[in-house]
Amino acid sequence: MSHAIPTFDGYGLGLRREHYRDFLDTDVPVDFVEVISENFMVDGGQPLDILRRVRERHPVILHGVSMSIGSADGVRGDYLKRLRKLADAIEPLFVSDHLSWSRFAHFNSHDLLPLPYTEETLAVVCRNIDAAQEALGRAMLFENPSSYVSFAASSMSEWEFIAEMSRRTGCGLLLDVNNIYVSARNHGWDAQAYLRGIPARSVRQIHLAGHTQGEDLLIDTHDQPVNDQVWALYAAATAMFGPVATMIERDDAIPPLPELLAELDIARHLREGRAAVKEAA
Amino acid sequence: MLAELQQNFSDWLVLAGDDGELRRGVVAARGLAAYQNNYRTQLVNVLRASYPQLRMVLGDDAFLELAIHFIDHRPPSSWTLDAYGADLPDSLRDLYPHNPDLHELAWIEWTLSEIFVAPDTAPLSPTDLGGIDWETATLRLSPSLRQRSIATNAMAIWSAWQDKVPAPEAEMLDTPAELIAWRQGFTSRLRDVDAIEHAALISLHDDGRFGALCDALVEHLGEEEGVARAGLLLTEWIGSGIVVGIID
Repeated sequence: MSHAIPTFDGYGLGLRREHYRDFLDTDVPVDFVEVISENFMVDGGQPLDILRRVRERHPVILHGVSMSIGSADGVRGDYLKRLRKLADAIEPLFVSDHLSWSRFAHFNSHDLLPLPYTEETLAVVCRNIDAAQEALGRAMLFENPSSYVSFAASSMSEWEFIAEMSRRTGCGLLLDVNNIYVSARNHGWDAQAYLRGIPARSVRQIHLAGHTQGEDLLIDTHDQPVNDQVWALYAAATAMFGPVATMIERDDAIPPLPELLAELDIARHLREGRAAVKEAA
Repeated sequence: MLAELQQNFSDWLVLAGDDGELRRGVVAARGLAAYQNNYRTQLVNVLRASYPQLRMVLGDDAFLELAIHFIDHRPPSSWTLDAYGADLPDSLRDLYPHNPDLHELAWIEWTLSEIFVAPDTAPLSPTDLGGIDWETATLRLSPSLRQRSIATNAMAIWSAWQDKVPAPEAEMLDTPAELIAWRQGFTSRLRDVDAIEHAALISLHDDGRFGALCDALVEHLGEEEGVARAGLLLTEWIGSGIVVGIID
């Protein structure tokens, strides 16, 4: 796949039903919005019309949850056709999905399930990414997952896997800083080493989100504000990866829009404050 | 190896049985429970969102029992989670075989959610109707149009919940009624139709020609009333977006 992925410097939010009216009727101060692709891979109706109207005001990122790029039996052609149709209509800034698997054979878990990081998995994932990028006619971004188990068979770290996946396929990276934090805590990884292992030239977008403390593990719930530890990790990430599209991802317990915009301001201040200090020095 | 892992993981999610096979391959196996929990919680939540009135009528506990029965018998397979509830009526029939009111309420809820994202159509304008040879013209029905017979007052129950007024007790109708559902613009519609309109829509669906529809109505109602009824139906269908195209 030879399509270069453009860079985009800006701050955005996930577009959720609770805020449709705000985005249609007011000038929301964001540089882009991100939507869950599957919610709009439909034949017609009001949601698709709303997306078209929001697209007239803002760049849109299509973020999928069901491509299942890690499926050993490949990516489904009917899924890719629907996504291609949506992408052609919306002309998104990026099309992204997750480094995970959801479906095998006829079963679709609709969850982002973990992969063992082996040479075999790398070959499967890269073959699937090649097929997806070919079918979509564009390079994609893939997001690091949060996970609750890891596999004894893994022969490389998650960040080594991601770096090699990006090198082989030309895909870009959507770095979810909260997911790094959650997985690092759950598995005892070094989050800073994770960041250092990510090829900066491939990073096009950053997700920020909240998580919940479960009985034994951190759970990636997206129903809380970003916490201080994740902000600290974001500060380190932005120093390494520079200006890329950055957004708050909230999927549950969705607050009024001003609360999310205030969180987005924190991201803006952290990155731009750091840049100003660097410039002054 | 990867295929085998994914098959084992899938089987374990569906059956919720012994995770010994998986545990041997994972580090910190306590995290497996999070995946089992996410899988089931998400499916229950999507069923609750798809059938809010059925849940109200059954109550939380009975609806959860229904959802668990369905999840255990019909693991999801579609690319979209939104499609998952399509076959919930199968579990309803298993658990409530003598409650046609529940089956029909479920049909109403599912159908309305399905047509919410049906293909868009543009309404016909007066200029579309000029110079038509009605004898040979073929009418195109909305791709969102659905219909079925009902034997109970499920529509009255649905309407009452919708209007947030006390719902009537479920009861059998004296004679079965015909329901149609479709989308007009972005608004989902539901109404009952009499036997003549029902037969006319079936005729249009099967044949499409307005002339054939007129002939059938004339045969049933006589020349004057049959032609008048055909005209009234056509006006109503065009105005409400049930007929969305005329091919001359």
